[in-house]
Amino acid sequence: MAECSNMPLIVVDNLGVRLNTSRGPAQAVRGVSFALTRGETLGLVGESGCGKSVTALSLMGLLPDSAVVTGSVKLDGDELVGLADSDYCRLRGNRISMIFQEPMTALNPMHTIGNQVAEPLRRHKSYSAAQARREAIALLDRVGLPDPARRVDAYPHQFSGGQRQRVTIAMALACEPDLLIADEPTTALDVTIQGQILDLIADLVEERGMSMILISHDLGVIAENVQRMMVMYGGTVVESGPTDEVFRRMGHPYTQGLFRARPKLGARKGTRLRTISGTVPELADLPSGCTFSDRCPLVIDQCRAALPPMVDVGPGHFARCIRTDVSMAERVGALTA
Amino acid sequence: MSTAPLLDVRDLEQRYTLPRESVFRPPGQVRALNGVSVQVRAGKSLGIVGESGSGKSTFARVVMALERPTAGQVALLGRDLNRLPADELRRARRDFQMVFQDPYGSLDPRQTIARIVAEPLTVLEGADRTTFRDRVAAVLRQVGLRDADMEKYPHEFSGGQRQRIAIARALITQPKLIVADEPVSALDVSVQAQVLNLMQDLQEQFGLSYILISHDLAVVDYLCDEVAVMYLGRIVEQGRPEDLFERCAHPYTRALLEAVPRARAGGGRRRRGAQAIASHSAVTTGCPYASRCPLGDQHCREVPPELRKVGEGHLAACHKAEAVMALPQAAMEG
Repeated sequence: MAECSNMPLIVVDNLGVRLNTSRGPAQAVRGVSFALTRGETLGLVGESGCGKSVTALSLMGLLPDSAVVTGSVKLDGDELVGLADSDYCRLRGNRISMIFQEPMTALNPMHTIGNQVAEPLRRHKSYSAAQARREAIALLDRVGLPDPARRVDAYPHQFSGGQRQRVTIAMALACEPDLLIADEPTTALDVTIQGQILDLIADLVEERGMSMILISHDLGVIAENVQRMMVMYGGTVVESGPTDEVFRRMGHPYTQGLFRARPKLGARKGTRLRTISGTVPELADLPSGCTFSDRCPLVIDQCRAALPPMVDVGPGHFARCIRTDVSMAERVGALTA
Repeated sequence: MSTAPLLDVRDLEQRYTLPRESVFRPPGQVRALNGVSVQVRAGKSLGIVGESGSGKSTFARVVMALERPTAGQVALLGRDLNRLPADELRRARRDFQMVFQDPYGSLDPRQTIARIVAEPLTVLEGADRTTFRDRVAAVLRQVGLRDADMEKYPHEFSGGQRQRIAIARALITQPKLIVADEPVSALDVSVQAQVLNLMQDLQEQFGLSYILISHDLAVVDYLCDEVAVMYLGRIVEQGRPEDLFERCAHPYTRALLEAVPRARAGGGRRRRGAQAIASHSAVTTGCPYASRCPLGDQHCREVPPELRKVGEGHLAACHKAEAVMALPQAAMEG
């Protein structure tokens, strides 16, 4: 694997996903492109319905059958879009794995955690039951579950939320995947546990040289945990760049709006939060042109004419906005650098 | 405290009995609340923070008189809610209402908004429903919805709008106190800000008091005059947000503050020490936080600390509060 270390591990080019919703077909993801080399970490930020989870599920091949995927996703040069389900089964949990948001529902309540962690090993690596069990205990130990040799035969309900998330991480890591997708891995957990879980994921990513895509709605989690980030809105990437660069100088009015709308520690009572007017649009009725145009304070007629192109606004830093000259004059983000 | 407080909670205790594991031993108990005392004055807001299992939601349920406490009293406007006859208690509920966390689960999907919002009035006043329409329309306007929304059903609204409906339902009885259990944690960031601003506007307009339960310190900081930090059913620190967040006196508050991810450039990973998971049922002699505390010593493990004054209106239950306050404080966000 060392010889291809400078080759991108995964290349996503112009990915599009059309879903059949109750309100008719909806373009959930439009024109998403990125590349990730080994060991690189990428964050996806956005609110519900922005397409971040659908992007992740399309990489995993877990979209419903009725979904139409266009564009290309290449893992080490092999095309994944249109791959037969049986071939995908050989990849999932083996070369690409995913940690889900709800550790309560991601585990099967009818099986012991040991069997669930061992399952990918038995399936992909054809380990014997005894071998897989030994490996599962080692993995549970690595993710910091106390007393794994004794608790390997326990059921999910016997663990707390943070412990269950550790078990799902052990499952995801069992076959040493090349790419780990973590979809809001800590949203259901307390802040102190969130810190521990994110630390654990960061250690494992570093230790095993994995690439990671971390999905979160929390700008703080993104700022502290990934090298590069993409902000999504209405199925498109509206801003992308190195995390430090984006937080130093936010380019897109939506990124700025998200940043300003967060209640901040130390802001005194009586200060008003700066909201983004309106609500997150339904994917089935997105405005034409820029997807954010209906809520944008800087909107002009031209914004509604066509989807703006990605504009270069700094080193490796792009924003999908035709008014960056105005939006970036305010230097949102710079003060907290 | 010259005037009588709106809400006076004294030495509240709540225990739940666990399923019996052996016929030879008494069943175990969970001490969800362990002697909590707080006061809320009219027009002021109290924030309660803590991890899951700290007793925040039990506290909310007991204050709302949805559960009878094992010991202690909850007095609203001088009346002990647990001693009121059922009929009087139902009428007293006009003064205190609740907003729940999940705006999808807390509204009946088969009722129109008009019925949902008017329900507290139908229970309290039993009058003809048509007379409520004007009041429903008025309260919907106050939370930023339209009159036309009355005939719609909950599924036609987004999460933020549903939470506005839940707030309208709480407001219609013109309560003095609203207990909000994680009111914005299920909402998107941009919508969360709208709901928080609305809650602040309503407080100014009607002189409401809130008890705001949240795991998000920034949300509590934004909306509350006073904050209580709970740990295993006890208040471990209490004071104004600026005291708590800039001069925190309990190592647990400090750990919570440090764990909040900061949205800023050059954030990078801040390592945190592993912390043991605490248990409810174990009866410990000393400070319940001692096993997780970086400053814990023999004295802490033997003698439980009392909640004591460490500054003007600032209480902490820690033997080493002064040492904690002297530590450099976690940096705030802009």
